[in-house]
Amino acid sequence: MSTAPTANFLPEFERVAAHLPGDARVTERRRAALARFATSGFPSQRDEAWRYTSTAGLARRQHSVAIDAQISLERARAALAAAGAWNGPQCVFVDGIHRADLSGAVAAAGLRIRPLAAAVAEDGRIDERFAGWGAGECSPMIALNAAFAADGVVIDIADGAKHTDPLRLLFVMTADVRGRAVFPRVIVSVGQGSGLIMVEQYVGESAADGFTNTVTQIHAGEGAQVTHYRLQDESPKAYHVGNLIVSQERGSEVVSHSLSFGALMARQDIHVMLRGPESSVTLNGLYMAEGRQHVDHHTRIDHFEPGTRSEEYYKGILGGHGRGVFNGKVVVHPHAIKTDAQQSNRNLLLSKDAEIDTKPELEIYADDVKCAHGATVGQLDEDALFYLRSRGLEESAARALLTYAFAGDVLGRLGIPRLREDLAARIAGRLPGAAEFLEAV
Amino acid sequence: MATSANDVEALISKGYEAGFITDVESDTAPPGLNEDVIRLISSKKNEPEWLLEWRLGAFRHWLKMEPPRWAHVRYEPIDYQAISYYSAPKSRKDGPKSLDEVDPKLLETYEKLGIPLREREILAGVAVDAVFDSVSVATTFREKLAEAGVIFCSFSEAVQNHPELVRQHLGSVVPTADNFYAALNSAVFSDGSFCHIPKGVRCPMELSTYFRINAAKTGQFERTLIVAEEGSYVSYLEGCTAPMRDENQLHAAVVELVAMKDARIKYSTVQNWYPGDEEGRGGIYNFVTKRGECRGENSQISWTQVETGSAITWKYPSCVLTGDNSTGEFYSVALTNNCQQADTGTKMIHIGKNTRSTIISKGISAGRGQNAYRGLVKVAKGADNARNYTQCDSLLIGAKCGAHTFPYIEVKNPTARVEHEATTSKVSEDQLFYCRSRGISQEDALNMIVNGFCREVFKELPMEFAVEAQKLLGVSLEGAVG
Repeated sequence: MSTAPTANFLPEFERVAAHLPGDARVTERRRAALARFATSGFPSQRDEAWRYTSTAGLARRQHSVAIDAQISLERARAALAAAGAWNGPQCVFVDGIHRADLSGAVAAAGLRIRPLAAAVAEDGRIDERFAGWGAGECSPMIALNAAFAADGVVIDIADGAKHTDPLRLLFVMTADVRGRAVFPRVIVSVGQGSGLIMVEQYVGESAADGFTNTVTQIHAGEGAQVTHYRLQDESPKAYHVGNLIVSQERGSEVVSHSLSFGALMARQDIHVMLRGPESSVTLNGLYMAEGRQHVDHHTRIDHFEPGTRSEEYYKGILGGHGRGVFNGKVVVHPHAIKTDAQQSNRNLLLSKDAEIDTKPELEIYADDVKCAHGATVGQLDEDALFYLRSRGLEESAARALLTYAFAGDVLGRLGIPRLREDLAARIAGRLPGAAEFLEAV
Repeated sequence: MATSANDVEALISKGYEAGFITDVESDTAPPGLNEDVIRLISSKKNEPEWLLEWRLGAFRHWLKMEPPRWAHVRYEPIDYQAISYYSAPKSRKDGPKSLDEVDPKLLETYEKLGIPLREREILAGVAVDAVFDSVSVATTFREKLAEAGVIFCSFSEAVQNHPELVRQHLGSVVPTADNFYAALNSAVFSDGSFCHIPKGVRCPMELSTYFRINAAKTGQFERTLIVAEEGSYVSYLEGCTAPMRDENQLHAAVVELVAMKDARIKYSTVQNWYPGDEEGRGGIYNFVTKRGECRGENSQISWTQVETGSAITWKYPSCVLTGDNSTGEFYSVALTNNCQQADTGTKMIHIGKNTRSTIISKGISAGRGQNAYRGLVKVAKGADNARNYTQCDSLLIGAKCGAHTFPYIEVKNPTARVEHEATTSKVSEDQLFYCRSRGISQEDALNMIVNGFCREVFKELPMEFAVEAQKLLGVSLEGAVG
């Protein structure tokens, strides 16, 4: 047995441990998480959950864990502008570290937002909310985040406080240091009957080749309503591993949108636990890969209680040598009767070297349930292409239009108009020939 | 069991020094597995040197392998050194002398299935002369087959009489190192069936192991090889609806099908091994590797299975679609009741151009049964215009059972069209109530609903098999409702 692949993270921990927020007790918890990671190392393709996604690129490289974010204001502003204008409240992170000077104040009744580093310093028990997720049975990637989480944000919403103004968390990766490794942690607690709309956006300078390993945990209280957007648009050289963990109480409703365009290797894990009766979740997703990009979505929904509902709608567009992976698992536990779980995954292969591996899974331990899933892999409809050609569209424009339309219904589900427009342009920008039809419409 | 295994090893290696076959009189090899046991099996069966080497190669691989743990089933680890790997075909004299000596529960089941008296005797292994009437029937069949040029015999006979055919095709679809159980089977397989359909021949009848003279007691490591030459057709039936008497807990069979250009093989299975009692004690572990290769253009392989027996079923009849325009089909009904567990499904590997595959899987879970569909649809880079349609439906009866779906879809070609659909439903009170209000008994109502659910698969079965399968589901589901 060779030792588990951990890259240089064990020595890196010794280098940065003293700079990570938290007292000695927190450091102990970090060490425990690191030990967990050290035991298993980066997951191998022998692990069922990583069967189609190789971490060899991550295990090979020299990582440099970020503990501060030195970047000029002009450069930061340029990166912000590239991410799209934002008028609402936002928190900005550069290389995973919160930048108050870029963020602007967020103030609203019943809403408390604190950078993670500050929260850990002022609240001795806050670490239990984040390190707790890394110590027990969890993936090596989450353990790695628990060990190194240098910053992030803690959002608490009081009972009955509804926030309809979307909050953006913007993460910018710089190209300053080769092999940058950042570990943001986002902890969200939405109180009883409260509401929150949040956008997590990941961007990078074009030469940034860093590794982002992020964990977001959301607790939705009784009757709470949470909408979570995740836009992953890192530089084409970056590695991105994201975890979203959602726990829901009775009657809560969570909607998650995950859109993945960037990074050389992107992996997104979404785990939803429907712990309260009558709670419901909707997962929407769109992933695109081109060039040598690899994009992997793993979702898992646990129905623990009666009357819970889940709907999942994911689409993928794979071109070039791009490779897409989708794994959607729905588990209906004993006693979770009257569960309604629907799942759909559709994929479009645009080139001869593209690949898709999809696995919609159902595990059902209760009889009075309604569960269905479907998965398709196909290409553009020749008849539709012919029709558009006969109307005078160039081949490339016709292809672009149909591809755009394929993505369109996922975009149609986005509730923030501004975001929808930005993303529509982003998608069109990736389709050769799209300019022609966009002018026409 | 380590001591006894060591003793055996000592005993056998000692015998080997002295010229090996010292233990000729013994009908059963002592428990344990090593190279000498394999040499013993091979020499008892008077096998050629190449086959012994083939077995040994498989065994050496097996030693390095781990039993698969990914299946959604639970059982105590098997002690492979506690199993005896060779026992000479038992004579019928050992069986019960008449039906009066047979377990009444078994007889009750035969009664329900409507099995003729003669057949009951064969199935229960009764040692009466009357049984041998069936031998003469089988002989007539044999003559007819010989006329058509079809070879259909036991595997051992094939090794003696058609070694070149066996050597050419054995292991060409399921390599010795394919998986843990296939490797084990390759090392120690006892007997099985061999079938060769010559070019352009349509096999004049449905072939069934049931009619093969020495079908009984082929043992726990069965090996089947069917070769359909260019333009030929064969329909093969395996197993039967009646529960078979069997003492071996572990069954690790291998079935290989080869379809040449324009050939068509239809393989139907009804599996009803002992499932264990209501508490899950006993019961057969059915770990089977079944795979067919559509080697030639326009060839077709179709698997149909009705799996109602065994404590644990681990089985994925697959099609490798190598030839252009070839077609693979999989129709399955898997039922788990009481404490039964099934992890079954198929693999469709699209390699040739314009290859098509269809998967229809119906899983029924009742009692505390756990039923998993696990399937793979793989479209290789060169498989232009590949087409797959998969539908897998689960029916749940009772709140303690489980139904699971693990479909893998891997597509590397942009012209492929792959569709997968799965649904889960239950037998609802409303459906039952409706039938009851029409004067249909609870059990008949359940049977009706379940048979309706399975209709798409049953219509693929040969007619008489389909009728039996319907009855079988009814018997297997007894006590599942109310």
